Amino acid sequence: MLSYDIVVIGGGPAGLAAAIQAKKSGIDSILILERDRELGGILNQCIHNGFGIHEFKEELTGPEYADRFIKELINMNIDYKLNTMVLDISKDKIVKAINSKDGFMIIKAKAIILAMGCRERTRGALAIPGTRPSGVFTAGTAQRFINMEGYMIGKKVFILGSGDIGLIMARRLTLEGAQVIGVAEIMAYPGGLARNIMQCLRDYDIPLMLSHTVTEIRGKDRVEGVVVSKVDENRKPIPGTEKYFECDTLLLSVGLIPENELSKKADIELNPVTGGPIVNESMETTVSGIFACGNVLHVHDLVDYVTEESRRAGENAAKYVKGKLYDSGEIIKTIPGKGIRYIVPYIIRLENVRDFVNLFMRVDDVYKDVKMIVSSNNITIKELKKRRLVPSEMEKITINVNQLRGKGLSDITIRLEEDADI
Amino acid sequence: MKKDMICIVCPIGCHLEIEEDEKSLLGFKVTGNQCKRGQEYAIEEITNPKRILTSTVKIKNAHLSRLPVRTNKPVPKDKIFECMKEINKVEVTAPIRVGDVIIKNILGTGADVLASRDM
Amino acid sequence: MYDIAVIGAGIIGTFIARELSKYKLNIILIEKNNDVADGTTKANSAIVHAGYDAKPGTNMAKFNSKGNPMFDKICEELDVEFKRVGSLVIAFNDEDMNTIKELYDRGLKNGIPKMEIISGQRVREMEPNLNSDIVGALYAPTCGIIGPWELAIALAENAVENGVELLLNSEVYNIDKTDFGYRIFTKRKVIDAEYVVNCAGLYADEINNMVASPYFKIKPRRGQYFILDKSAGSFVNRVIFQCPTKLGKGVLVAPTIHGNLIIGPDAEDLDDKERLDTTADRLQYVRKTAMKTSKNIPFKKVITTFAGLRAEPSTGDFIVEESKEARGFINVAGIKSPGLTASPAIAEYVVELLKDINGGFKIKEDFNPIRKRMIRFDKLSDEEKAELIKKDSRFGRIICRCENITEGEIVDAIRRKVGATTVDGIKKRVRPGMGRCQGGFCSPRVMEILARELGTDVSEIVKDSPSSYVLVGRTNKGLEKNLRG
Repeated sequence: MLSYDIVVIGGGPAGLAAAIQAKKSGIDSILILERDRELGGILNQCIHNGFGIHEFKEELTGPEYADRFIKELINMNIDYKLNTMVLDISKDKIVKAINSKDGFMIIKAKAIILAMGCRERTRGALAIPGTRPSGVFTAGTAQRFINMEGYMIGKKVFILGSGDIGLIMARRLTLEGAQVIGVAEIMAYPGGLARNIMQCLRDYDIPLMLSHTVTEIRGKDRVEGVVVSKVDENRKPIPGTEKYFECDTLLLSVGLIPENELSKKADIELNPVTGGPIVNESMETTVSGIFACGNVLHVHDLVDYVTEESRRAGENAAKYVKGKLYDSGEIIKTIPGKGIRYIVPYIIRLENVRDFVNLFMRVDDVYKDVKMIVSSNNITIKELKKRRLVPSEMEKITINVNQLRGKGLSDITIRLEEDADI
Repeated sequence: MKKDMICIVCPIGCHLEIEEDEKSLLGFKVTGNQCKRGQEYAIEEITNPKRILTSTVKIKNAHLSRLPVRTNKPVPKDKIFECMKEINKVEVTAPIRVGDVIIKNILGTGADVLASRDM
Repeated sequence: MYDIAVIGAGIIGTFIARELSKYKLNIILIEKNNDVADGTTKANSAIVHAGYDAKPGTNMAKFNSKGNPMFDKICEELDVEFKRVGSLVIAFNDEDMNTIKELYDRGLKNGIPKMEIISGQRVREMEPNLNSDIVGALYAPTCGIIGPWELAIALAENAVENGVELLLNSEVYNIDKTDFGYRIFTKRKVIDAEYVVNCAGLYADEINNMVASPYFKIKPRRGQYFILDKSAGSFVNRVIFQCPTKLGKGVLVAPTIHGNLIIGPDAEDLDDKERLDTTADRLQYVRKTAMKTSKNIPFKKVITTFAGLRAEPSTGDFIVEESKEARGFINVAGIKSPGLTASPAIAEYVVELLKDINGGFKIKEDFNPIRKRMIRFDKLSDEEKAELIKKDSRFGRIICRCENITEGEIVDAIRRKVGATTVDGIKKRVRPGMGRCQGGFCSPRVMEILARELGTDVSEIVKDSPSSYVLVGRTNKGLEKNLRG
């Protein structure tokens, strides 16, 4: 049996940052298990720029961002195994994994960091009616084919969903000679970042149809076209609004789902809203000594935030191994109030926080001119004015722990309120 | 005339407003930006829009058949498709290091095309 | 010159071909598609029915009750997964209870063993997720679940191992009667055979009409289904039917042999034999009807939907007989539900028919009923996994991470007799892409392995039919040039 202080599952941006930080925090025995044939995860296929604004104060491409962490990791002599699939993890932190070289491995860990990332929602999950021809791709699969394997996936493409990968792919397909005939978004607002709407759609005159969805896929062998309908405020297609678009490819960018099949095997409690584990201020799940960070925890908009969060997981996993993570039983719960879908972390143990605690959250709709209010027992702890909030972007609130300490708080709520001052 | 735009300099995506302003040294007045780059972007977007171009080039003797590349500076928006034609002509051979210049001064834009990773 | 040509490589054709391969005969199995099990066989409820549904005296009743008990042995021989989970036909009121009693009586007449009429209370004990307004049910423990396409592939493989020739991509467009039997014209070649077995599914009427006057018609009756993620697979433990209607056995909720949950079908008579599209209104109907069985079905765990076409015969019953106008031309037509269950018994009967016509066949002494074992990595113990990877490192490389399917299994599925040549062919045999990501992660890898094993380029690999191309060429070719038209 192999034995490590910390086993990190996943060698994408989350796993890399967590492992590096754990090492910097004084743990030498660390192993990363990565299922792909190289480190870097999904960043390797995200060849566009826009990564690292917060982290490096410059705009890197995905591979460049990954490269910096991979080199740091290798310089620090942190162990990793590629082409390695974890089959099972248990509550007592036994990891079972396989690869072609080492065969079947049983690895005993003192702490585990979950960094498996997420997968894409599919056509099946949406139950889009119609035929089942070839030519229906999730945006990420298309991205891998085009950017890493060098294969084109279609020449006349319709895109469902305005998530960032979909928008990025609209531009990429256009640059590679395909015709992108439109992007439909079921919500009344775009799913991706505003700048991607501008530089990926607007720049190439690709129409964005808000409050529209694909209601039928046609084509016996290969996609021949899609029917697009307008939807009402309940996201139900409105009869009579159907429009047919001839195309050979349908690209889906309709959401990401944290991949927690392994977490379930260790009986880790998940939040139905995020699909990811419930964690405390140290990024520790409901199973002691198992930590989670990155998109396996909740889907992030910027990789920079993944890095920040994962460092915290790495640092705290190291503390856990050294017996310096405390659990005296005093907790403050974070409660999403009006307008907030979820908050990560879910639990704060002040004894483990030095100065500040960062709360990440997403709002449930588009808001203009609102206040984000952090409160407990109707007493306001912090207030932030926001000109614009959108569900596609994560919000971060930093709270000085001195504002929480010594008040006997059992929970804090974050809610939105109209800003009367504007 | 006032013009609305969304800043694409970084993923924050500030909503900018720009209008001509004879009193300003720059000739324009920009509002809504959180940093100085937003102002520069707005003015450039009106006078000479530019974009960072990212793509891939063919690569031989590597574990993948495509190498990701980027321009190190924005190139004029109206030259993007022409730049793609140049990029498509290139085939490199591994090993390549991140930052290696793949095309020097592409189409005289002053921007170099660089490798985005080791391969 | 062949002794026997079997037209159609669905569950019926493959079963008959395999049954015939027990004799010293020169047999060809002709299939229009590029894989076996590509029609109704791959899109149905995947149930081995107990046999109480069909009216006593019909072919359906006869072959169903005879077929059901044959599954254990055949699945053992061919290494096909099969589980007798049992079924419940649930009743919501007195009228339903009467129907259930009728079914029970029919079942007795059809010779179905171990049936029981049970109380609503007992139903809820057995199936805690079902609705509380259920007043009773017919329980039939002999009902089973299976992967029909897996069985058909296994049958085809075993038939080929025993000397049957399989001809894919060969649609039959004409048949001439000749002095020696029949001359069959296909897109790929012309085949002479003394006897013909017509198992052409939805197109069996058209095949019959090539040699005899039309005396039956096959109409497609579409049914639509939901498949839910494995995390919902144990929502019910048995196959749960509602009371049957004129159009069929109604909407069922059942575990699949692969651990998912299947819900469907509706029934809709169509004219077009290729209408395999799903529709929003019909899926909505299935969903609503299934909610009567349980209002708690976790529909948010849907991973895919699909439609299948039943071959509904104008006669109302299975047609299994020699054509009156064409000697040695056997029609096996209109094999709707419970066709899968009936298939082993039908195959046996068809062989007897041919024996009678020919005056017997010579037994092949070296017939091998056992198919080379399948390797199901995910089902092995830790020790077995370790051992297997040591022997062949390809089993250490997981390709499908939803179902934990290894490269070793995929390569095996390609290299076997009747091997996979398409993405869906792999999916039918070893299931990558059947899981919750629906091929998102694994399809590029599967295509890569297919291309390598078949000695072709990745861009030549198709999803399913020959025109279902996935990729249109390489990138970095400029704006218009390389794209497929």
